[in-house]
Amino acid sequence: MIATQALTKRFGSLTAVDSVDLDVRAGDIYGFLGANGSGKTTTVRMLLGLVMATSGRIELLGQPIPAAAGRVLDQVGAMVEGPAAYGHLSGRANLSLLDASGSRRARGAGHDRADRIAEALDQVGLGGVGRRPVKNYSLGMRQRLGLAAALLRKPRLLVLDEPTNGLDPQGIREIRDLLLRLHAAGTTIFLSSHLLAEVEQLCTRVGVLDRGRLIVQSQLAELQAPTGRTLVRTPDASAALALLDGRVEHRDGETLLVRGGDPAALNALLVGHGIRVHELGPERRSLEQAVLELTGPSTDRVEGR
Amino acid sequence: MIRVELVKLFRRPRTWMTIGLLDALPTIVAILLAITGVGPRPGQGPAFLSAVLSNGSLFAVAALAIVLPLFLPVAVAVVSGDSIAGEAQAGTLRYLLIRPVGRTRLLVAKLISVFAYVLVAVVLVAGTGYFVGRALLGNQPLSSVSVTSVSGTSLTSGQIAVRTVIAIGYVTFSMLGVAAMALFLSTVTDSSLSASMGALALLIGSSLLLTIDASQALQPYLPTRYWLSFIDLFRDPILWRNVLRGVALQGVYVGVLLGAAWANFTTKDVTS
Repeated sequence: MIATQALTKRFGSLTAVDSVDLDVRAGDIYGFLGANGSGKTTTVRMLLGLVMATSGRIELLGQPIPAAAGRVLDQVGAMVEGPAAYGHLSGRANLSLLDASGSRRARGAGHDRADRIAEALDQVGLGGVGRRPVKNYSLGMRQRLGLAAALLRKPRLLVLDEPTNGLDPQGIREIRDLLLRLHAAGTTIFLSSHLLAEVEQLCTRVGVLDRGRLIVQSQLAELQAPTGRTLVRTPDASAALALLDGRVEHRDGETLLVRGGDPAALNALLVGHGIRVHELGPERRSLEQAVLELTGPSTDRVEGR
Repeated sequence: MIRVELVKLFRRPRTWMTIGLLDALPTIVAILLAITGVGPRPGQGPAFLSAVLSNGSLFAVAALAIVLPLFLPVAVAVVSGDSIAGEAQAGTLRYLLIRPVGRTRLLVAKLISVFAYVLVAVVLVAGTGYFVGRALLGNQPLSSVSVTSVSGTSLTSGQIAVRTVIAIGYVTFSMLGVAAMALFLSTVTDSSLSASMGALALLIGSSLLLTIDASQALQPYLPTRYWLSFIDLFRDPILWRNVLRGVALQGVYVGVLLGAAWANFTTKDVTS
């Protein structure tokens, strides 16, 4: 769905995106991670033909960008750096104008426009929003309107930049469920975010951008592979510590971190010695740990970009 | 896309406010003239004002002459300067482009909507001027009226009508130079205010140079040089020379500036 080769963008002497090879496959929910200023937004803008690449190639749905932008982008729904709308018009009027924009090929058919707009608004939970102008919308409502605009054409590929920004926890949950439903219906989703938790809950594949370079791109499950250690929570922590002498790497109250990746054997051993176990399981790296390890000590650099 | 831009333009409260203000100034002038009966002496003040006291039919043209030097260009620069930069500022430009709307197509649609604005504004100013003038200043029936031309001979009402239409066309075309300048700047900056002000700065600069004798060599090429030449349309016979030069000069400005706007906009990184 998205493939780039050695994609590079320089602004003067600053290399914002440095030789990035993205590979987003059909059916992915791809999490595009990176700190603020790591080049995520510039990459997304290049994918959509807004910013011209300095060098490298982009393919979107198998077509070259920006050359084929006019033919491809009508199958892509996107939200880039927050929603935007004309403040003096209602949400519905905004969607109607957007839907009527573009070449004859790109714009939506007029006869069912009202229905499609109503459907998109329903999808994002703005069905009953009425006629008030967008300037009176809350941040969350604007975000939902932006999503509705991206969904208006039932895109094959959704490119979303921080889609849950400004939403309350219920709203975030709703949008996550909506994205999962869309994904189940066959939409490929490219989600750019700096919220690791959001990506961890949603995505099947991740790419991590650090200072313009794509430092990792793999299945989420691979990044979260077991570490070969087992987490044990037991009220008899001291007894367990004595029994497992030398294998315990770390103790924090009732919780022990034990070397060895076979929880079943460990459980049998502990119970066999009369040690009660609350909880026991293989330790997995969280996405956060994985990303922090990969980006190294320089993630909280202060030079700023 | 053109239809969308026209809808956007004419659904905006600002569009009608500026047009309302444009119409208000000649109306105020007409009311003052009607009440006081004191016109500027011939040769002073805005063109035609001394002529309209005896007959309101010419007030349509007088109204154009009143708003042309400053009010109309300001309104045109504001609307045109906002066309691309305003979308950039609101963040809607990126959503239009990824819709996708081709950049050339968007620029053309914006240009046409600005043109429509200019035309509507000019026609409404002339129309308001005509009705206000006839209501307040001229009360002879139109059919029997003959109006004195700038040259002193008489013009029939038919001649006046034709010449007024040509004048409207000429003023509209003159304003396209301003529109093209503001549109070009609008593709350069993401601030609509800067684009409008930049275009106005050019006009003020041009007007200033026109008053200085030392800049005589430059004057035939200044964008505002022939703006008021539409008055020549009301001479008898029509003095075409400056009108045609004005059209040619504006044509060059419009062509070059639109070319620059296109070249800049179609290759630009949209980071707004």
